Amino acid sequence: MVHLTDAEKALVSGLWGKVDVDEIGGESLSSLLVVYPWTQRFFEHFGDLSSASAVMNNAQVKAHGKKVIHSFADGLKHLDNLKGTFSSLSELHCDKLHVDPENFRLLGNMIIIALSHHLGKEFTPCAQAAFQKVVAGVANALAHKYH
Amino acid sequence: MSLLKNERAIIMSMWDKMASQAEAIGTETLERLFSSYPQTKTYFPHFDLHHGSQQLRAHGSKILAAVGDAVKNIDNLASAMTKLSELHAYILRVDPVNFKLLSHCLLVTLAARFPAEFTPEVHEAWDKFLSILSSVLTEKYR
Repeated sequence: MVHLTDAEKALVSGLWGKVDVDEIGGESLSSLLVVYPWTQRFFEHFGDLSSASAVMNNAQVKAHGKKVIHSFADGLKHLDNLKGTFSSLSELHCDKLHVDPENFRLLGNMIIIALSHHLGKEFTPCAQAAFQKVVAGVANALAHKYH
Repeated sequence: MSLLKNERAIIMSMWDKMASQAEAIGTETLERLFSSYPQTKTYFPHFDLHHGSQQLRAHGSKILAAVGDAVKNIDNLASAMTKLSELHAYILRVDPVNFKLLSHCLLVTLAARFPAEFTPEVHEAWDKFLSILSSVLTEKYR
């Protein structure tokens, strides 16, 4: 369970409302693939990932980034029940996709950096702290059904 | 893991932009660390950690100055950082996990302060550099 104060909840929803969510999704996933190239192992079918610009401009990466971030956004609406919200996605990532949960933590930090990049000063230390709790909660929820 | 030539150039060029704001960047990095990862405050029971504290600013400066030294000695990090490696291994004994947390907070700070310069290539090069620097600083732990 993620424990956010009312102030933190307000910070999270307020700032989330200010960003272009699809862009955050695309940038987060692209950054993951560029900064930690070994994560490309899950996306060999995505075509050209050979350079940072290839990744950033890759249509499949953008589309997948969008999918992932919309799922994340769903989590923001259910902070009191992240494990329930991500239960079937957790099973999927374990049983079908075979993704090491460490990757959820890495992607979570890429989302944080993308938010910082877009929001600048507004992404204060307090705002970051609130979002870190959220991404940690989501990562744990996605790992919860692993066996 | 070692830095490629182009990564070195990217790191040095970004440092040039950071240098004039070193204290502010270092201080903000620490504030982010203590807010997001309160357990890191356990290493600073003797500090006033309030926003704007002189100790926080001095320590932020110190950390960024060390990063700057590392950039200047990017080709021979292990020997250039010997004193700091020993300090962390024998005196400070900060758990290695915390280097990742500090590095992450520095990257968040750079992304916020340098939106145009913080490209994916810069992000990658600096993440790698900080990871290597962290390894150097924990090299003598055991």
